[in-house]
Amino acid sequence: MSATTASLEPARGWTHRFRANPTSWIGVAIIVAVILAAVFASWIWPLDPLEQSVVDRLMGPSPEHPLGTDSYGRDVLARLLHAARISLLIGVLSIALAMAVGSAIGIAAGYLGGWFDAAVTSLLDVLLSFPTLLLGLMVVAMLGPSIENLVIAIAITELAPFARVARAPTISLKSRDFVEAGRALGFSDLRLVVVHIIPNLLSEVVVVASLWLATAIRTEASLSFIGLGVKPPTPTWGGMIREGFENILDAPWLAVAPGVAIMVTVLGLNLLGDGLRDAIDPKVRRD
Amino acid sequence: MTEVVLEVRDLTVEFRSGGAWHAAVRGVDLAIARNETLAIVGESGSGKSVTALAVMGLVPPHNGRIAPGSSIRLEDRELVGLSERSMDKVRGDRVAMIFQEPMTALNPTMTVGEQVAESVRAHRGLAPAAAWKEAERVLDLVKVPSARRRMTDYPHQFSGGMRQRVMIAMALACQPEVLLADEPTTALDVTIQAQVLSLIEDLKREYGLGVLFITHNLGVVALIADRVAVMYAGEIVETARAEDLFHEPRHPYTEALLSSMPRVDRDIGELQPIQGNVPSIRDIGPGCAFAPRCALAQERCRSERPSLAATADGRALRCWVRGSLP
Amino acid sequence: MGEFLLRRVALAVPTLLLAMTAVFVLARVVPGDPALVILGDQASLEALAALRERLGLDRPILQQYLDFLLGILRGDLGRSLVTGKSVWAEVLAVIPYTIELTLAAIVIGVVLGVPLGVYAAVHRNALPDTLTRLFSLAGLSFPAFVSAILLLLAFAIELRWFPVISAPKVDDPLDRLRHLALPAFNIGLIMTAYVTRVTRSSMLNVLGEDYVRTARAKGIGMRAVLWRHALRNALIPVATVVGLYLGTLIGNSVLTEIVFNRPGLGKLILGALNQRDYTLLQGLMVFFAGFIVLANAATDIAYGIIDPRVRYK
Repeated sequence: MSATTASLEPARGWTHRFRANPTSWIGVAIIVAVILAAVFASWIWPLDPLEQSVVDRLMGPSPEHPLGTDSYGRDVLARLLHAARISLLIGVLSIALAMAVGSAIGIAAGYLGGWFDAAVTSLLDVLLSFPTLLLGLMVVAMLGPSIENLVIAIAITELAPFARVARAPTISLKSRDFVEAGRALGFSDLRLVVVHIIPNLLSEVVVVASLWLATAIRTEASLSFIGLGVKPPTPTWGGMIREGFENILDAPWLAVAPGVAIMVTVLGLNLLGDGLRDAIDPKVRRD
Repeated sequence: MTEVVLEVRDLTVEFRSGGAWHAAVRGVDLAIARNETLAIVGESGSGKSVTALAVMGLVPPHNGRIAPGSSIRLEDRELVGLSERSMDKVRGDRVAMIFQEPMTALNPTMTVGEQVAESVRAHRGLAPAAAWKEAERVLDLVKVPSARRRMTDYPHQFSGGMRQRVMIAMALACQPEVLLADEPTTALDVTIQAQVLSLIEDLKREYGLGVLFITHNLGVVALIADRVAVMYAGEIVETARAEDLFHEPRHPYTEALLSSMPRVDRDIGELQPIQGNVPSIRDIGPGCAFAPRCALAQERCRSERPSLAATADGRALRCWVRGSLP
Repeated sequence: MGEFLLRRVALAVPTLLLAMTAVFVLARVVPGDPALVILGDQASLEALAALRERLGLDRPILQQYLDFLLGILRGDLGRSLVTGKSVWAEVLAVIPYTIELTLAAIVIGVVLGVPLGVYAAVHRNALPDTLTRLFSLAGLSFPAFVSAILLLLAFAIELRWFPVISAPKVDDPLDRLRHLALPAFNIGLIMTAYVTRVTRSSMLNVLGEDYVRTARAKGIGMRAVLWRHALRNALIPVATVVGLYLGTLIGNSVLTEIVFNRPGLGKLILGALNQRDYTLLQGLMVFFAGFIVLANAATDIAYGIIDPRVRYK
């Protein structure tokens, strides 16, 4: 995190602008709450999310089971809390992967230019407009559902925004004096990129990451809902909705509870991302 | 006595910044007669554009306001306090404005003909076809070559000078009494600049317009102005007939402004840039706003604000030091 | 204008080629052995070999690539492994439902979103603006299937205003509309949230432009300034992002079709997934990629119609 903080220095005062925005605070509060719930799941609600009980099938909310039980008699609250771990894990890992690979592609395209840049740019345009869900769905369908493959699939769907946001500043940075001077001194391209270009990109890339994390979590949930998520019985929000949807007439809470969880989490991330963007991005700050 | 068409009295315009209101224009008095050009001169940030926007009723409402007690009279009609709807009847009809950037001041997605015809339709209530014909006539009047053919062109197909002619056509389409021109030639190159200035001059004479000409370019002032008002930090510091001002600047700021301007009768080496910057409207002290940059400033200048005092020879000056001279 | 059209369509050709290549790479190179994916790891070696031959996987990769491209050039997207019908036949059978759904959603999104965005921009930072922003952020945070389930619960199951399963009688327009309403509102409202947001920020930019001030100075009235001068310019970026939104829209319609059990491309994809209909999936991907590239070209052309500067460049 320290590298990130240091790179944000050019946009002086962004922390102040971020803090002055009440909606960012709501976002921070939601995300912190979700992270705490995920990390301390077993401590907050000590029931086993996998323990089945035939007698307790499809029970409505009660003191023992505040959110009721599912069709296997498992406690929905416990499953909901544990599912937060999987959702956050897949979301964060896929964004980290997309950030690393996507930025590398964008920097390479911007730095090398020429036909390579042209090819990458038009491919990104297609990728960017291709339905995220379908792309993820195709990749998982080909690779088979597992946490690793989900991470890879979601990362692929989110390469384009990172590549785009890294490419444009690279083009303007590479002709700037300090990079030109470095080149004249005989520094290698790799060194120039690492020392001069990457630090200048970081703040924008971080904003993109915070905004797209919401999409990543939504994509994961959608894929799980379609049946391409982490294999049962591991609880995921999308998977819980999928199972709950089969009993929508008798036990609507099974689908509604994880639905609300996804919504609140994504809303929190969107609020946070918006706040960050408004604070950091000079273009939107203008007003 | 010449007939005054626009009279501004004690105009104060405030903007909100960081939760507090700050005056960008303070107590400005102006009068423009028919067939007269009054130039407002000043550096950027001196409040000259805001003054013009206030006359047009175009001070942005979400963070700006005209302070109570201000008065703007067009002939015998008070404009301050008019409803937005009544103001719309005045704007573009009785008083019109042209702006600095002819590139961005025209709508890129409407044809030039539509944009000129629009004013006539709104104020004259003409049918579309008649408005179109009238627009063509006005474009012809401002000497846009082959106006009829160019009516259906878009602004980006015009050169900078031609765009400014289109702007003037739009402004004059309804034959207003007063024309406000906010640096209309700054973005143009010198030859085109001269053409546009002489066009404004011709139209002024032909229609007896009162022209308020805002500029930071004293060369332009010398060409077209009858009278000059020098603005500094939201206040008028000196007014005079143009030739008197150039002949004998009285306010230290006017003097500094003149010696920072290249002139044919002086060496480039004698140019004196003014030290320092125009203060922000948020930190103007109790004294004369120019005092921090003034070579003549005395104790009184820093503690007490001078007022704009009329002198016997028909000029006005806001200065403790020079004001007490003859 | 004709030249502009031609240029834009010509630009789509290399993009299309790139997109198809990407599909090919994804389908052939990434997964290892498609035959294994289709038949599962219990399949016998003979069965695997036979399927590979049938899919042409035994040929050199370059040969496969050329065959794939030539097939597309002839308009052949392949055949379903399961039904044996051509991908086109499968697609054409259900696509009217999806088109109906997405078009209805776009209409809802634009008709509600544009005025809301303008309204928010004009009243920026006042209460209506804050409410609109919250609404649109909430809308953007709903995964389409979650909102679909909530709508289904509220309006179909509890209130019984609309049918639970959305399989309409084809020849009854009123029935069709009744079945369309909930799914269309589901995607439409999410799109409204998006369009509102984009229109608001675009409108705020435009309202700060010099030509808006010029228009105000003409005294033509705020309404004319907004609708004649500002909106048209504000819609230029909106057109682009609505074009970009098409991908999300298709994804949302797939999810919505699944929740409402409505025929369409979504259920076609789901069926192909469940039956491991590998060739149908690949054909659908080619179809979508082609559709997206062409839709992007169409968006750019729409752009050219709104903004004369693009046409004359």
